[in-house]
Amino acid sequence: MTERPIRVLVAKPGLDGHDRGAKIVARALRDAGMEVIYSGLRQTPEQIAVAALQEDVDAVGISILSGAHNTIVPRILGLLRGQGQEHVLVVVGGIIPDEDIAELKKAGVAEVFQPGASMQQIVEFIRDHAKEPA
Amino acid sequence: MRKSFKLGTETPASRTPSEDERRWEDETLIPSLKKSPERKESFTTLSGVPINRLYTSADLAGLDYERELGDPGRYPYTRGIHETMYRGRLWTMRQFSGFGTPEDTNRRLHYLLEQGQTGLSIAFDLPTLMGYDSDHLLAEGEVGKCGVAVSSLADMETLVAGLPLEHVTTSMTINSPAAMIWAMYLVAAEKQGANWKKVSGTIQNDILKEYIAQKEYIFPPAPSMRLVVDTITFGAREVPHWNPISISGYHIREAGSTAVQELAFTLRDGIEYVEWVIRAGMAVDEFAPRLSFFFNSHNDLFEEVAKYRAARKVWARAMKERFGATNPRSWLCRFHTQTAGCSLTAQQPYNNVIRTTIQALAAVLGGTQSLHTNSLDEAWALPTEQAVTLALRTQQVLAHESGVANTADPLGGSYFVERLTLATERACYEYFDRIDALGGMVAAIERGFPQKEIHDAAYAYQKAVDRKEEIIVGVNDFVTEEKRPIELLVIDESVAARQREKLAKLRRERDNAWAKGALEALASAAASDQNLMPVILDCVRAYATLGEMCDVLRRVFGTYEEPAFR
Repeated sequence: MTERPIRVLVAKPGLDGHDRGAKIVARALRDAGMEVIYSGLRQTPEQIAVAALQEDVDAVGISILSGAHNTIVPRILGLLRGQGQEHVLVVVGGIIPDEDIAELKKAGVAEVFQPGASMQQIVEFIRDHAKEPA
Repeated sequence: MRKSFKLGTETPASRTPSEDERRWEDETLIPSLKKSPERKESFTTLSGVPINRLYTSADLAGLDYERELGDPGRYPYTRGIHETMYRGRLWTMRQFSGFGTPEDTNRRLHYLLEQGQTGLSIAFDLPTLMGYDSDHLLAEGEVGKCGVAVSSLADMETLVAGLPLEHVTTSMTINSPAAMIWAMYLVAAEKQGANWKKVSGTIQNDILKEYIAQKEYIFPPAPSMRLVVDTITFGAREVPHWNPISISGYHIREAGSTAVQELAFTLRDGIEYVEWVIRAGMAVDEFAPRLSFFFNSHNDLFEEVAKYRAARKVWARAMKERFGATNPRSWLCRFHTQTAGCSLTAQQPYNNVIRTTIQALAAVLGGTQSLHTNSLDEAWALPTEQAVTLALRTQQVLAHESGVANTADPLGGSYFVERLTLATERACYEYFDRIDALGGMVAAIERGFPQKEIHDAAYAYQKAVDRKEEIIVGVNDFVTEEKRPIELLVIDESVAARQREKLAKLRRERDNAWAKGALEALASAAASDQNLMPVILDCVRAYATLGEMCDVLRRVFGTYEEPAFR
């Protein structure tokens, strides 16, 4: 029996259109054998949560560069919990200052990838931590 | 075997070495390589263009100076658009600036002028760029973060308070809602008593590169292009010193393109705008002199210089030969340059000062008309006042101490730079052919062509970085443990609260019947084919907000979603 590949939603919330990072990560995860759904731009937290449920993903990667992460990320986490997806691994990538990381992790983010993170680090983290029992 | 490109528009091909070169290779090079081999198998520019070991006069044999270069100020302008270049006047030092409330940014603009900056450049926040007021639900968390929040004429009046708008030139980075923001600026100028015939500045207004790279689009391509055409034709008649568009490669490069892609997509966008305005009934020489450009400057100094030189030449030729422009001012590729934000690292941020210096030098050696130098802290946040001052000082040192502004096109005649300029030009024309074959730039965008080309280049670059084939100092090599050593600018949520209060007051106190009537007139004008600028100006005078105007147009024009990413 072959195990189902890891399914990841790469999500781009907020008004920002900088999608270079999100698309590169999506492609790297796909090249690493994962099934990747890219949300497209400017998705609300509600749209992202609905997609996570409908696509039955194991992980959500949120790309955010605009500085709105403290408002947007906790809301996505709350919605995922509210629909029984607390087991879904949530990682965040983008321009996240050091001092915001602890708060994001407390809210349930598994890892934050700051500028300069390699694709390999991101792929390995998701491979190692997705589908773990919550 | 040495490889090089043939001159002009011929195809790349290997060149047979001359007698002298063969002797040098046998007697000098080969013994030397045996003793100490080269560091790498092959060398390329940052964008992957192969670079030879050596360039000699043989690489330029047969180069027709008048045809390929021309003196500065003469067609095809490869060596610069002005006869004396920076001996006559230095480039304009124009730092892009905008954050928080209009009051916050107004203070920063005054500060920059006091520090010797010679032009203004305004960054707007994401809600403004997307045509939403600060009190819109989707604006939450974003107000004032990436630029200044401007929702109405009242905000614009605050933003430019105390700035003499007949004398200072202002560049505004605004695209989808460019017509509305420009209208606000023009009405603010009018209220100061400034004459539109004397007001000068730039709106970016380049919607094509939004679909291609920056992705801050609202409406579908056809009505968006109509707005661009309306602003260009209105400007040509009413605000003759204004640059109604800044055709931008900057964001294309930031999205991960190569230098050639940046050049080719930008100039092909320019061609597309010219075609649309001509189709709308305006003669090319009536508007082309006010078209302006905006390029990136990345780390590979010679590649960047070659790009700027090729840009002038390709544009001049397109205007003269493709469109039959006869006014020499129509042939000029006048451009602003910004150093590459995507080259800045969050690690060891002081290294960014060095990167920015090299990039700024490239822009000056390439003959830019104005320049923004990034600040060392911009991989993390908008710059602090201290960081932006250092960035401005970088330009001032280049201008006044380095000596590079003393002669026009100082790298002209370099075997390497001339050869690279020709290769860049050739590669640019290859992209033109592919885009023309797809039916033009709008058609190419709708098929996702430039988007895919850029994404492939960005992915290839990231893989090279991961494999350490490309070294980024402080990121994948020469890494040190560090605590972040710099202070950052923080925009808190009180900005959003203040903006919401101001908007509530505006909506309460303005003449709402007037605003409503003006918005209705905008709706019916949008459904017709009349120029929208006059009705937009009426909406602005009635203090209709940016969001209200854009909502009207969203209803009439619809909105755009990009083709799915696969």
